[in-house]
Amino acid sequence: MNNDLKARIASLLEEQQEMLLSEWAQELQAQGRQQGAISDKDLKQQCKEFLTLFRDAVQGEEGGKGENLRNMLGNLARSRAENGFTPTETATFVFSFKKPLYTVLHKEFSKDSNTLIEVIWGVNQSLDRLGLYTTEVTQSAREEVIRRQQQDMLELSTPVVSLAEGILALPLIGTLDSARTQVVMESLLQTIVTTGSTVAIIDITGVPTVDTLVAQHLLKTVTAARLMGADCIISGIRPQIAQTIVHLGVELGNVITKATLASAFKIALDMQGMKISRVAPVGAMTSKA
Amino acid sequence: MPRLATKKILTTVIIKTETLPVMAEHDVVKARQMVRQWASEIGLSLVDQTKIITAASELARNMVIYGGGGTMEIQSLEQYGRRGVKLVFEDKGPGIADITQALKDGFTTGSGMGLGLGGAKRLSNEFEIESTPGQGTRIMIARWK
Ligand SMILES: Nc1ncnc2c1ncn2[C@@H]1O[C@H](COP(=O)(O)OP(=O)(O)O)[C@@H](O)[C@H]1O
Ligand SMILES: [Mg+2]
Repeated sequence: MNNDLKARIASLLEEQQEMLLSEWAQELQAQGRQQGAISDKDLKQQCKEFLTLFRDAVQGEEGGKGENLRNMLGNLARSRAENGFTPTETATFVFSFKKPLYTVLHKEFSKDSNTLIEVIWGVNQSLDRLGLYTTEVTQSAREEVIRRQQQDMLELSTPVVSLAEGILALPLIGTLDSARTQVVMESLLQTIVTTGSTVAIIDITGVPTVDTLVAQHLLKTVTAARLMGADCIISGIRPQIAQTIVHLGVELGNVITKATLASAFKIALDMQGMKISRVAPVGAMTSKA
Repeated sequence: MPRLATKKILTTVIIKTETLPVMAEHDVVKARQMVRQWASEIGLSLVDQTKIITAASELARNMVIYGGGGTMEIQSLEQYGRRGVKLVFEDKGPGIADITQALKDGFTTGSGMGLGLGGAKRLSNEFEIESTPGQGTRIMIARWK
């Protein structure tokens, strides 16, 4: 399209603004936009802004990418994605502008069918690109939501629990990758500080594989806890894991390790100068009840 | 001679085989899960399963960290009447210039513990490594019942 044509389209968009906006609003209504999710006022405002920026982009120099227009659509798509719009619903915002626009163009260029085809083709291409762009943004905004949820799950899945005065336990479950170790380590150190605990039991009963990376992560956590003034006990080392660690050649150094959480708890109580004692013979309490 | 060779070929039966691309950390998780399933299918003991899974984890991660990604071929097979799992890790990365040194405990060019290669060797019944600088690395391990 040459610059003369572009200028003509731009001034058409200006002159016919009111008509375009009202027809477009009707189209959007007909396409069945999500009722109530966006107020009519906001939607009108968005249409108006789009039209203005679209005109700027048409008028723009050869090769002008319409940055402002894309930014506006990007923000629109992102906010719609967060409000639960589907990519199709968002793209429809752009695509439903086609009919009113083509009607106007058709009137203007009806005497010259070659120019009409050229104009419609050019405008069609840019609107398609813009529509697809909103789809892309919606998609990646949704992926962002998923990433955030994964992040939340990371934290949920690593609770630090207090077993007794000064004794914490960190039951690890699942794969201990670098991201997870970071979260685990931070929440353990934080809890050591807030509770003033001096013993932390890291239980790996629920960790299926202990390879050198997991071992390295565990050792780092133990070292960091020690710097905060807490000794660590690693528990839940199943026989097959013990053998594997030996074959790998991993040295757990002076870290205390125990097969079960129960035996680790016993040691922890010792270290705190506490003990569990029976106050009545076995069964005495329950038989009374 | 020909009779012997024929006999040897006949005594190895591949039960099944599959290849998994290993490009990122989540593929290492997949590789472990796959090895766990295949190893338990052919009836490896829990200890032997854990050994080959851990070895696979080391070698798969090495491909991701050092080899620029690669593939893990997994085979369950029967040889001389015993069953086993064989794994081949292959990448087209920078290769390893000095294999003896790389196998030494504590040697690392990264930030690891330097125990992966040696550990994988000790955890397996068979271990073969070939590497050409500039061309890549191929490591085969096997664990038998
Ligand atoms: N697939 C590979 N491609 C290139 N280099 C490798 C590969 N695997 C291992 N290496 C080299 O061998 C060294 C030792 O590996 P490893 O024993 O697993 O220890 P780490 O992974 O802790 O460095 C690595 O630091 C790296 O230099
Ligand atoms: Mg390694």
